[in-house]
Amino acid sequence: MDIQSCVTIINEWDIVAARQLGRNVAKELGFGTVDQARITTAISELARNIYLYAGKGQICIDKLNENGKVGLRINAADSGPGISEIRQVMEDGYSTSGGLGAGLPGVKRLMDQFDIDSSPGNGTKIIATKWLR
Amino acid sequence: MRIPILKLHDCLLVSIQWELDDQTALQFQEDLLHKIHETSANGVVIDLTSIDFIDSFIAKVLGDVINMSKLMGAKVVITGIQPAVAITLIELGIGLDDVLTALDLEKGLEKLQQELGD
Repeated sequence: MDIQSCVTIINEWDIVAARQLGRNVAKELGFGTVDQARITTAISELARNIYLYAGKGQICIDKLNENGKVGLRINAADSGPGISEIRQVMEDGYSTSGGLGAGLPGVKRLMDQFDIDSSPGNGTKIIATKWLR
Repeated sequence: MRIPILKLHDCLLVSIQWELDDQTALQFQEDLLHKIHETSANGVVIDLTSIDFIDSFIAKVLGDVINMSKLMGAKVVITGIQPAVAITLIELGIGLDDVLTALDLEKGLEKLQQELGD
């Protein structure tokens, strides 16, 4: 069964709350310090993207248990402007904020699975998963 | 909460002991530059031993404050970066190139003395 907890992202403090939630869940699931840092950092980047580009959104953390495989899934969702050039934002070095975020390619490298669904006017949904090895 | 900045001879010592939020990080940036100005310090050691993750924002604030200090004439050494922090920073795509680093505070102070040329 998947268990979910969420943080609404409206201000900078919510970024801190989201990554603390993620770190606690990662610790609880038995992730080591390096994976804890990867997960915490990924959440921080995704929450900051919501704060910077959409203004408001939500970060939800799922505990996964699929056929004995334990994992943590980050769901980042907002109903902001959306992204028209997904291929472009997935390239290293692409930025519209003057380098405030490391961007989505970095988040993808930190996690095991990464999916993005976004189009102009329909917001952005990102799902990123890390499996316990 | 403000991060304490200590003076030791002609150097400043900073040990960041808790997770940085945006406001604390930006306040620290300003506080450090004022303290360099106030004390005429030549060097700064920023110890990150207690920090277990650094995201791109904190990395940018740190990188910026190092360059700002350099503009004022002070050298900065970063010490105590944890293995998990080094791994995630590189995976994230942040190299913090040209930043002086050392394993711990002691080695950081030694490095600073070498850099300052005595």
